Formats: sequence, structure tokens, C-alpha cells
Amino acid sequence: MHIEMHKPILEKNDALAAELRKRFEENHVYVIDLLASPGSGKTSTILATIDALRDEFNIAVIEGDIASSVDAEKIKAQGIPAVQINTGGACHLESAMLKRAVDVLDLERLDLIIIENVGNLVCPTDFYLGENAKIMILSVPEGDDKPLKYPGVFQVSDAIILNKVDTMPVFDFDRDAFCAAVRDLNPKAPIFPIAATKGDGVEEWATWLAERVRQA
Amino acid sequence: MHEMGIISGVLDAVNASAADAGATRVLSVNLRVGRMTEAIPDALQFAFEALSEGTLSQGAELSLEMVEPSSFCLECGEEFSHDRFHRICPHCGSYETTLLTGRELEIASIEVDIPDE
Repeated sequence: MHIEMHKPILEKNDALAAELRKRFEENHVYVIDLLASPGSGKTSTILATIDALRDEFNIAVIEGDIASSVDAEKIKAQGIPAVQINTGGACHLESAMLKRAVDVLDLERLDLIIIENVGNLVCPTDFYLGENAKIMILSVPEGDDKPLKYPGVFQVSDAIILNKVDTMPVFDFDRDAFCAAVRDLNPKAPIFPIAATKGDGVEEWATWLAERVRQA
Repeated sequence: MHEMGIISGVLDAVNASAADAGATRVLSVNLRVGRMTEAIPDALQFAFEALSEGTLSQGAELSLEMVEPSSFCLECGEEFSHDRFHRICPHCGSYETTLLTGRELEIASIEVDIPDE
């Protein structure tokens, strides 16, 4: 017997993500999902973003890692609520994991939640978590050819942060080629060149983000 | 690889539907997979074989319809197919395009064996 299904495979994940999105909206919380490779400076970028926005907004961070809580500890040391999710080997966050972290946060008093997804340029791409925007970070040492190798993540991102731009002379990074490849994949996403640990370029990125958080 | 996660979701839904229909086994599972999801056919097949063991879907054939990417131009209305890397409108050169197909991950249909009563 033939059974027609027409069922989205990630339906369970997407339905739970939609519930989370509703809770975020009811509490006027703006949520970003950060996607990047290990070592690209996700945590440094989060710390720089917190620094730029903490006077105006109440921020919380959800850290997704396969193991350890080193990142969450760094955030907590800044006096910002941080929840660590250990995926125990899974290469990306799913809505069910995120829900457990969101449940321990006081959404009513928050304006912005930053989710640091597992360091991976492939798997998190297809998993909607109820976020308002996916933001990708690429760091200069990873090379200007990454849009050609990992097109998916560049396509689903609403903005792209190019981190560690201060190292560009050392790594022979062709910024024009990088920007052109990103434009081909995702013409609408802005690119923010920053050096998170030095603060360069952070203001422009933070301004873009702040405009969105205010509207949430 | 997220192929394991995708297939475990597929098997949950397929085995439940087959059981609801009173089937004793699943003969085939037909998936529609967009090229832009970067899900790899071989890895999907491998995950299906490994995870279906001991379920109604054990031994079933997994057939994959790979869906090619296409987009719609918001400026001139052109609909065009493209590769995974270029989404600029070939007609007017606009960057303002919206993806129509290519990110599908869908269970289209299944074939099951239902014993005569």
C-alpha cells in the first residue's frame, strides 16, 4: 500500500522552535543564533557585543558546546547570565535542547539572547531554533575561500561578521574575493569586519544589532 | 554529520505511520531532499540502513529525490534555476532574490506491506 505523507522531516524541531519564538515575542526578546567554526572568536565576539550593548539592554547567553563550561564561565565572569548546553557529541543545537536552557532564563527581564551554537559550519545550518536571526562569524585565518566550501551557512545567515581583520596582512586574505563570493551566495546580508579582542568595527555591528533589539 | 538526526526523524514518522496503517513492514521510503541542505545521499543511505535495524523499516528501500535550487527575482519577477553558489538574477542582475526550492527535507510517501485480514 502507498501512503502519501508530505511531512517535513524536521517538523518536530520546527514546531518546538515556533513555540520558543512565540515566547520570545511575547516577552519582547530578540534572539540571535551565532554560527562559526571552533576558534573563530565566537566567545570573544559575544564579550565585545556585551560590552557595547550592556548599558542599554539586558542580555543573556546560551552556550552550546559538545562538552565543558569554559565559555559560560567567561560570560558569567562579566556578570551576564549564561546557560551552558552540553550536546554530548551532537554537532548542532536543536530546539529541544534550547528549550531546556530557555526555561531557566527570566525572559521577562531580558532584551537580547545570544545563542552560541556548536562550532561547526555545516550542521547547525538547517536547524531553526526560534531565533530572529542567524549570524555567521568567519575569522580571517580560516581563509577567504570558505564561502565556496561551505555555501549553506553563508546563505542562511542574516549578517556575516568577519573577525580577526587585524591579522589580514599575515594570512594573505583577499577581502574583495571574500565579499564577492558572499554577495553571490547571499546578496542581502551585510558584512561586518571586526577585530573582537581589540574592539575594531564592533560599534557598527552593535549598532545594526541594537536597531533590531529595540524593535523586538 | 546531521544525516543521522535527519534519518532518525524520518524513521520515527515512517514507523509510526506504518504502524497506524496496520503494516507489518515498510517496503520503501521516498524522501525529497533539496541540494542546498548539503545532506549527502550516501550518508543518508548509510544512516537509514544502520538506524532502521529492528524497526518496521528494516530492509526498506530509501529513495531520494534530490531537488535542484531555484529562486524568484523580487525586482523583475524572473524565476530561474541556479547552482548552490549563485543566486543573482540572470535576467536583470538584481541581488534581491528569494529561494523557491532547494532546501526541502520532506518525507514524500512510503510503500508498506499490509497483510490480508
